[in-house]
Amino acid sequence: MNQQSIMTAGVARPLRQRASLGQTIRHSLTMAYRGLLKIKRTPEQLFDVTLQPIIFTLMFTYIFGGAISGDVQSYLPVIIPGILVQTVIGTSIVTGVQLREDMDKGVFDRFKSLPIARIAPLAGALLADTIRYTIATVLTFAMGYIMGYRPDGGLDHVALAGLLVIVCSWSVSWIFAFFGVIARTASSVQGISMLVLFPLTFLSNAFVPVETMPNWLQWFVNVNPISHLVSAVRDLTNAGTAGSDLAIALIGAIAIVAVFAPLTVRAYMKRT
Amino acid sequence: MVRKQQGEWAVEARGLVKTFGDNRAVDGVDLNVKTGSIYGVLGPNGAGKTTTIRMLATLLRPDAGSARIFGHDVAKESHIVRQLIGVTGQYASVDESLSATENLIIFSRLLGLGRAESRKKAQELLEEFGLTEAAKRPLKNFSGGMRRRLDLAASLIAQPPLIFLDEPTTGLDPRTRTQMWETIRRLVKTGSTVLLTTQYLEEADQLADRIAVIDRGHVVAEGTVDELKASVGTSSLHVSVLRREELETARGIVERVLGVSSSLVPEAATITAPMADADLVTDLLVELRARGIKLAEMSVQKPTLDEVFLTITGHGATSTDTTKAEGN
Repeated sequence: MNQQSIMTAGVARPLRQRASLGQTIRHSLTMAYRGLLKIKRTPEQLFDVTLQPIIFTLMFTYIFGGAISGDVQSYLPVIIPGILVQTVIGTSIVTGVQLREDMDKGVFDRFKSLPIARIAPLAGALLADTIRYTIATVLTFAMGYIMGYRPDGGLDHVALAGLLVIVCSWSVSWIFAFFGVIARTASSVQGISMLVLFPLTFLSNAFVPVETMPNWLQWFVNVNPISHLVSAVRDLTNAGTAGSDLAIALIGAIAIVAVFAPLTVRAYMKRT
Repeated sequence: MVRKQQGEWAVEARGLVKTFGDNRAVDGVDLNVKTGSIYGVLGPNGAGKTTTIRMLATLLRPDAGSARIFGHDVAKESHIVRQLIGVTGQYASVDESLSATENLIIFSRLLGLGRAESRKKAQELLEEFGLTEAAKRPLKNFSGGMRRRLDLAASLIAQPPLIFLDEPTTGLDPRTRTQMWETIRRLVKTGSTVLLTTQYLEEADQLADRIAVIDRGHVVAEGTVDELKASVGTSSLHVSVLRREELETARGIVERVLGVSSSLVPEAATITAPMADADLVTDLLVELRARGIKLAEMSVQKPTLDEVFLTITGHGATSTDTTKAEGN
């Protein structure tokens, strides 16, 4: 082995003022690869995304089915999209919690000292977590299918709906990533995130028809972006159509990323 | 693209200040490190060594002052600075949940190496640092020494011209420590500049061309190892008198014969003084016997960091400045 070549200091080298877009994407993908390796090493952290869709789908369908739609069968097209959105978006909290834990480790010091795009460690972690959303999505639909859910939209529209939920969850996870970066402890991230997410998912049309709610609540439920996402998923899976709800859900997702990604990166750079 | 770095100074820091709440962890630190040298920052826990290194390595933003790495400002040109440095922290900055190979491959990829190149680089470094056998094991089972080695290996991927080592041997056994010293020496032979912090005078003595002694956020002395030693005395003399009432008299004799100032440990009736010239001890013993002062014990000790501090900070601010002036 030629030690000289390993140890030589590279004195003459081209230097860049900042990472290019191409480099930024490459760095983020490498960081995502790191995230996937970590999931592979500690598969027990996938417990929540495997068990939650199964338990929640069973529980909510049998609890609310009779009361809301008369019977379980006719409740399935309502509840499966609702539970899908609730579960997958709920999973994105873990992203913030794990980011907090990860950032306390020494390896983040090295990431900070490397000439890489500042956003890469964050974007990579968030990107790797889409695997979690995918698992939760597939399991929720599979549970629905087992319980007798046969979406009229067909498999292609179900896949599209799944993709939509994954994209939106990824966007929402930037909010929790922001909490993860500014909070002091992982448990406080969990706490704040639940506080935000609980009203958002339950004060929506995910489980119960909006018409049954008081007027003032209907107003909130109708502006709640989660409602639009749930409606968009129902349109796609049950009818195979895409309407204004889909557009609103996507615009909402873009807006969240546009606001929270820069905020998170700035907070991350400040926090040392 | 920016013109490549050149010049005499790898690090130039002026008046660095970092405050955490009420605590001025670093309070006006100046450092000049020549390209191609090993520079030691010596100080006890909490002196501000790590904070200084973190500011120089772009990990912390200074509250005041400025620093340049090969002429590039750490605050304004941090991305460039990061291309020129490697940092090995006090706590291993590697990924615990991954294997050694995976760690090195990920860092290589982040530094712009291709897939095959990264694999090759990881293998080379693992071999260089004697980690090949443990390459696939998760880091949880690594010993402290192995972790440090991997950490240093990760800092060398890009062959940075300046390497920061924060207490590279703290907590290592003597054999591993010697190995680490060898590696650091080899690094410098191949053209790297190394800035290391340490709590051990011996380590600074072994490795560093120049040393800055840092205490409570201040550089209290700066110079070559020899200059520093001369100011401290290579060793210190401990003299315990049998009759306590003779302590002050004995102290007077010690100070007069050795020509230095001394310190007292009254409870043990012991006088401690720097011993720059071993020959003078003979004169001292003769003088003590002539005056009829009986000794309980006499010993010579290599200076510990505590004594360096006692000596340097005990001299007061003016002589600290003199030491610094001599150093520059």
